Amino acid sequence: MLQSLAHVCLAGISAGMFIWLVASGLTLIFGVLRVLNFAHGSFYMLGAYLCFTVLKVMGGNFWVGLVLGPLVVCAVGYAMERYLIRYVYHLELPYQLLLTFAMVLIFDDLVKMIWGAGSLSSPSVPGLSGSIPILGRNFPVYNLFIIVVGPLVALDLYLLVEKTWWGRIIRAAASDRDMAAAIGVKVPALYTAVFVFGAWLSAVGGALAVPYVGLLTTGMGETIIIGAFVVVVIGGLGSLKGAFLGSLVIGLLASFGTRFIPMLDMFLTFILMAAVLLWRPQGFFAES
Amino acid sequence: MNRYWTYALLGAALAALILLGLSAGPFVLYLAMRVMILAIFALGYNLLLGRTGLLSFGHAAFYAAGAYGLSLATIHISPHPLLGIFLGVAAATFLALIIGFFCVRHTEIYFAMLTLAFGMMVFSLMWNARSVTGGDDGLYGITRAAISLGILKIPIYKEYQYYFLVLFFFVLSVFLIHRIYRSPFGLILAGIRENHVRAEFAGLPVKLYRLGAFVVSGAFAGLAGALAVLLESNITPFASHWSRSAEPVLVSLIGGLQTFTGPLVGSIVFVVLREVVERFTHNWMFWFGVILLAIIMGFRGGIVGSTAEILKRYSRA
Repeated sequence: MLQSLAHVCLAGISAGMFIWLVASGLTLIFGVLRVLNFAHGSFYMLGAYLCFTVLKVMGGNFWVGLVLGPLVVCAVGYAMERYLIRYVYHLELPYQLLLTFAMVLIFDDLVKMIWGAGSLSSPSVPGLSGSIPILGRNFPVYNLFIIVVGPLVALDLYLLVEKTWWGRIIRAAASDRDMAAAIGVKVPALYTAVFVFGAWLSAVGGALAVPYVGLLTTGMGETIIIGAFVVVVIGGLGSLKGAFLGSLVIGLLASFGTRFIPMLDMFLTFILMAAVLLWRPQGFFAES
Repeated sequence: MNRYWTYALLGAALAALILLGLSAGPFVLYLAMRVMILAIFALGYNLLLGRTGLLSFGHAAFYAAGAYGLSLATIHISPHPLLGIFLGVAAATFLALIIGFFCVRHTEIYFAMLTLAFGMMVFSLMWNARSVTGGDDGLYGITRAAISLGILKIPIYKEYQYYFLVLFFFVLSVFLIHRIYRSPFGLILAGIRENHVRAEFAGLPVKLYRLGAFVVSGAFAGLAGALAVLLESNITPFASHWSRSAEPVLVSLIGGLQTFTGPLVGSIVFVVLREVVERFTHNWMFWFGVILLAIIMGFRGGIVGSTAEILKRYSRA
């Protein structure tokens, strides 16, 4: 029983870390740009497919794919912010949401056009394949690797936002755009940078997911974005700390739900989301 | 435009639709019915989005409630179509009342996220309650029994027969929603959209009005869902998925959010364009996305709004 619980825990944490990588960029972008990006899951999907392609072309080295794939997604993110999203900041919410939703449709079909509609199966990573025994049962090494990477990214983000000059500028622009502009921050350029950075985070999540999911499908972006929405809401829109904790909660909830009450696994996630929105709209982990 | 011209135009449109039903082949009739059903869904939905200013991402749940309501009534109670439609709409209305009660506490992005959460809850219930809803297979084999009214029996099995039932509900819906737009209730909704603080100061129970708009739009979504099952003869839980909730939003946007006829025009464009594009390519979503981008970036009035603006400019010059 104990070993089974431990394994369900570990599986939940590693699943949560992928959601965290997407949710971190999503919440960063929302916190600064005030745009909720439906297409953020598409960056995850693009990251995965591009990593896969680079991996194939470069002779199967996963690490090259992990670096190069997300870089291409950065270029996509740059173009999207610079030529589309920039023009809808001043518009009402439906237009902003629907613009990013239109991008979801476009990205989904683009992936189908380029890589075909079927699923692609990905190779395992040398050095991180196989599994090791934990409490008498085997657990995949790669999932342990993810459990280490997720918190590392969280720590880096924390240091970046709280301790560096860049972080101060980002926080300034997030709390008052006009005032930041008045003291000389180039707000449009900063917005672009934050958007590209968020897209990169999500794409890295997608690239890391390639060996994890095993199969790449065009629906993977839409699946993860809903998880990330739930996480971002539970953590409080715009809060990185909340998003990290929220990812853990959702990963564990999904993992325990699937194990013990498979009838209600999805239902639990959304009821938690609705409950937080109704009774603590500022987020479950917010101080005030 | 003066009043008589409007009536003449409406009469001509109705006559054209009746003529279509009497003369067109099954495929054209099928498309026309899909347009009308989508239009019922979108017209009702736009009462919430365009009129009240609330963006819901959960209305597919009410569409699915209407569809499942009719299907379950057909299977377990009686195959009478009118009873099925009534129970479908009742189920959707009841569900909208419960979900709306919670959702109208928020506006803007929080409202959108709440409706998304509730919609996905409904989706997961329909997906998992296999013994009732058939799980991911859904319910199928829903046939169109004849409508019996006392001694009179009206068959709706054939396409051209069912077409007139859909037309009847379409005309009824357009009429009702138009009346709602023009009623004090509808005008107050527009007032709430423009300035809800002022509406509140004027002593109006803003949340109650929002709930009213929510429930009415949910009821029309249920009607659309019920009619759609009778057309397609099956329903799966995907009908309640959040991505399906985007459909009436997109349709309203194409036609024009701030107009009454926008969702109607949008439905025609949506269904017909899809048919045409799918003749040439499998990548319908890509082109649809591009069209959406063009509308959001350049023609935010939608087709109806932008055309009206151009006409106005033209007539002034």
